[in-house]
Amino acid sequence: MPAQSLNLYVIIALSVLLALVLSVYPLPMDMRWWRPEFVLVVAIYWMFFMPLTVSFLFLCALGLFQDLLEGVPFGQHSLGLVIVGYICILSYQRVRNFSLWRQSAWVFVLVGIAQLTDNWVQGMAGRPLSGIQFLYPALTSALIWPLCSLWLDRLTHRHHH
Amino acid sequence: MMVLVVVGLYTDKLEPLREKLAQLVTPFYQITNVPTRVNDWRKDTFVSQVDLKMENEALKTELLIHQRKLQQLASLAAENVRLRQLLNASQMLQDTVLIAELIGVSPNPLSHKVIINRGTKDGAFKGQPVLDAFGLMGQVIEVSENSSTVLLISDSTHAIPVQVNRNGVRAIAEGTGDLNSLSLRHVSANTDIRAGDLLVSSGLGDRFPVGYPVAEVLQVVRDPGKAFLTVIAKPMARLDRSRHLLLVFENRDQASVPGALNVTISSSSSISSSSSSASSQGGAQ
Repeated sequence: MPAQSLNLYVIIALSVLLALVLSVYPLPMDMRWWRPEFVLVVAIYWMFFMPLTVSFLFLCALGLFQDLLEGVPFGQHSLGLVIVGYICILSYQRVRNFSLWRQSAWVFVLVGIAQLTDNWVQGMAGRPLSGIQFLYPALTSALIWPLCSLWLDRLTHRHHH
Repeated sequence: MMVLVVVGLYTDKLEPLREKLAQLVTPFYQITNVPTRVNDWRKDTFVSQVDLKMENEALKTELLIHQRKLQQLASLAAENVRLRQLLNASQMLQDTVLIAELIGVSPNPLSHKVIINRGTKDGAFKGQPVLDAFGLMGQVIEVSENSSTVLLISDSTHAIPVQVNRNGVRAIAEGTGDLNSLSLRHVSANTDIRAGDLLVSSGLGDRFPVGYPVAEVLQVVRDPGKAFLTVIAKPMARLDRSRHLLLVFENRDQASVPGALNVTISSSSSISSSSSSASSQGGAQ
């Protein structure tokens, strides 16, 4: 059904664009640690439920654009996205059967892994590492996962849960 | 991907690419700035006459105060010019500035960068100093056509040459990654510096113009076990609040005039001989 798949691509593109906008929405300097990794969460959703539609090349390009957008060294977000994408590909069959909150816990782990690579690159760029703060985005990402997941389910008419 | 990271970090081969692509990014920051603009518009449009009158009154009072200060300034400026002529120093030229508006904040919590709405089209250039109404904020590090990125002085990769306004002691103020503190690097233990001192840009290094306030010293810790003082200073500029910034176009030949320092400190009674050149003496223990 070409019409429906076209529709799907539009939804993917729109959700990614929205995530990109949210990822640079200005927050007070001290609040920035609490910003969820919107782009990563949306990418994880599409990797879980449309693993054949979203390619690694797309993830790379998305990551590079996010690097450009946020002004961080090229490759930082692509690295995280590709690593997380690979884990998603390995695990999506199990994760689909998880309850929403178990999926959240899984998202916490995935975003935490991406944060590790982010911090690694930032450390190479000469910025001091923070303490446990780098896990805050993982926590908030896990918290918005049910919201994001249900909303995208509705958009794609997937009645899964 | 790893190769990309390493190439991007340790060489500047990717810089031209980033500059070219930076234009794609500007619309995102413009979109996220829309709520602020709507709010500004609302504030400007739906405002009562009483409020406007009060604001007008306050502004008039402020203007009067500034005008009084300006009267003194005129004579001081004339005096300054005369003294400079006596010293054969080149004249201090007025810097021209361009007002820029903040349109975004870097989403990366480890870096202190902001995005402003001026780019190459308005003459902004890499390395350009940026001020707000209260002091030095930082410098432009990336320019695209319609926007540019400003690295704030509190960023942990930023350092700025400063001098103590009271006696001319020179130092380097480094960002700490904390918005409210800078630390002075390699200040020897016998340096005359104390809490409350104003640090102004020294103009050394030809990057920042001379004499703009940078920070105020908050505390000085003399630890006998350490070779250097621990000096913590608070930036004067409101790094996280100012929405209107000034881009400085300075006249290049006035930068780092050696005579300028002498004029400002000649009236001070307690001139310390220790400057950063003396810091090699290290701890006096």
